[in-house]
Amino acid sequence: MPFDAQAWEAIRLTIALASVTTLLLLVLATPLAWWLSQTHSRWRAPIGALVTLPLVLPPTVLGFYLLVAMGPLGPLGQLTQALGWGVLSFTFTGLVIGSIVFSLPFAVQPMLHAFESIGARPMEVAATLRARPLDAFFTVALPLARPGLVTAAILSFAHTVGEFGVVLMIGGNIPGRTRVVSTQIYGHVEAMEYAQAHWLAGTMVLFSFAVLLALAMLRRRSARVMP
Amino acid sequence: MSIELIRVRLELPRAAFLLQVDLELPAQGITVLFGASGSGKTSVLRCVAGLERARNAEIRIAGEVWQDDPAGIFLPTWARPLGYVFQEASLFEHLDVLGNLRYGLKRVRSPAAAEALQAAIDLLGIRSLLPRPVDRLSGGERQRVAIARALATQPRLLLMDEPLAALDQARRQEVLPWLERLRDELRIPMLYVTHSADELARLADHLVVLDGGQVRASGPIAEVLSAADAPVVVGDDVGVLLPAAVVERDARWQLVRAGFDGGSLWLRDDGLPEGHRVRLRVLARDVSVTTEAAHATSIQNRLPGHIDSVVADRHPSQAIVRIQCGRSILLARVTRRAVAELGLRPGLAVWAQVKSVAVVT
Repeated sequence: MPFDAQAWEAIRLTIALASVTTLLLLVLATPLAWWLSQTHSRWRAPIGALVTLPLVLPPTVLGFYLLVAMGPLGPLGQLTQALGWGVLSFTFTGLVIGSIVFSLPFAVQPMLHAFESIGARPMEVAATLRARPLDAFFTVALPLARPGLVTAAILSFAHTVGEFGVVLMIGGNIPGRTRVVSTQIYGHVEAMEYAQAHWLAGTMVLFSFAVLLALAMLRRRSARVMP
Repeated sequence: MSIELIRVRLELPRAAFLLQVDLELPAQGITVLFGASGSGKTSVLRCVAGLERARNAEIRIAGEVWQDDPAGIFLPTWARPLGYVFQEASLFEHLDVLGNLRYGLKRVRSPAAAEALQAAIDLLGIRSLLPRPVDRLSGGERQRVAIARALATQPRLLLMDEPLAALDQARRQEVLPWLERLRDELRIPMLYVTHSADELARLADHLVVLDGGQVRASGPIAEVLSAADAPVVVGDDVGVLLPAAVVERDARWQLVRAGFDGGSLWLRDDGLPEGHRVRLRVLARDVSVTTEAAHATSIQNRLPGHIDSVVADRHPSQAIVRIQCGRSILLARVTRRAVAELGLRPGLAVWAQVKSVAVVT
């Protein structure tokens, strides 16, 4: 048996974290990407830059600020304590929040690109066919942007699975609560347990390759359908 | 203001000019908005649809107010009972043909809508296309589906923005007869934008000529085209368009006689049935003028009439003579020397000799 109980626990936690993060990201990023694709507001550029920031920042920087913000003295920490939720750092919820911020550009960018490539015309056509804006969004814009949405979901999931720095900063490395596969591997290497590290690392390589392969095949298929 | 009118008044600043339009149009038949590219005709259509926000606008369709800025009324596009056919095929790629047709239908909530869709499917001959995905349609088929999709919502006004411009010549000829059928069989008024003189000649009942955002002319097509300073040249010369019908056939000489309001003309028999309605295009260069009936002439078509006016043509050697034949007008291009020698002047009884007639429809 290549995986021990701890490894399975880490795998389970990683999948749970990636699933929850992806789901919440789709809900948050879809309206954000739509707004960015439609608005002529002067806030478009600064907000667009802000959303892209996690792409270029070292995860440790991101994790550091999130840790400070969610800590007992940080603004987010104060808020969550006032609401009676306690402090979120070193918890699964804290990890989810960190992952959402960390993977936000990977969800927003493909959607934004998809919405922009649709152009204004299909929404205009829907309006001339009596569809109200929200109706048109769900029946025209979303279905036409589906390849972008699928890409966003896959990238968010894969990117969350692969995160390390943010997790380590705000999650610590608590078995069963915040220890995911990437930090588990780190732990194995620290302890010179190379065999276990190999198994987990190899699994990650295979998983990531499978995801990228699926994505490439999906793109090729949708390219045939889209004009 | 009569209730059966379309009123379009609007202002819209464009990069190069201020679009400024104040029109009263008949709420029936096809009104063609004609002009060069960039003259503002598509903008007018988009403003009527509410896709673009004109300022100081008043848009009323047969008594219904769609927009009245002084009164603070603005219906969004989805609340305006209109049909819109865009220049390029604008079918939803994620739906098949039937899905596209049903998209607007589902949203009008009218019990007669399903019937309207069936009628539109038959009218445009697209029944065999229904189960197809839209990327398996030709350009002409796409536009016919787009028109049927618009008709299925039972619009009070059909707006068409150069629906044939993106098609090649063969496809255009394929779709044009369907548009003529629409004009002849539907009671829905249409605003039709084009820069093609050919489409204008075949389809227009009413003509609005736009130039640099301003209205140069607006009126029934025969009237606008027969103005001596006609702002539109249909084909390669100025000329008039006469609505006519085939009334007689001369089988021996392979000719048919087409009657119009003010006379009739013999044409080559191309198999048009008697009673068929046609549009005759008579160019000014194909009409000559005599002051007495010439009998020894090869020209078969001679129409008696009175000179309405004589105006200068583009070249100083020539003049355009407007001849009133019954209630129709013919234009004739003659030399100014002929005007002087024959003493052509308003009120003079003359014969218009028509050398050549083109059948448009």
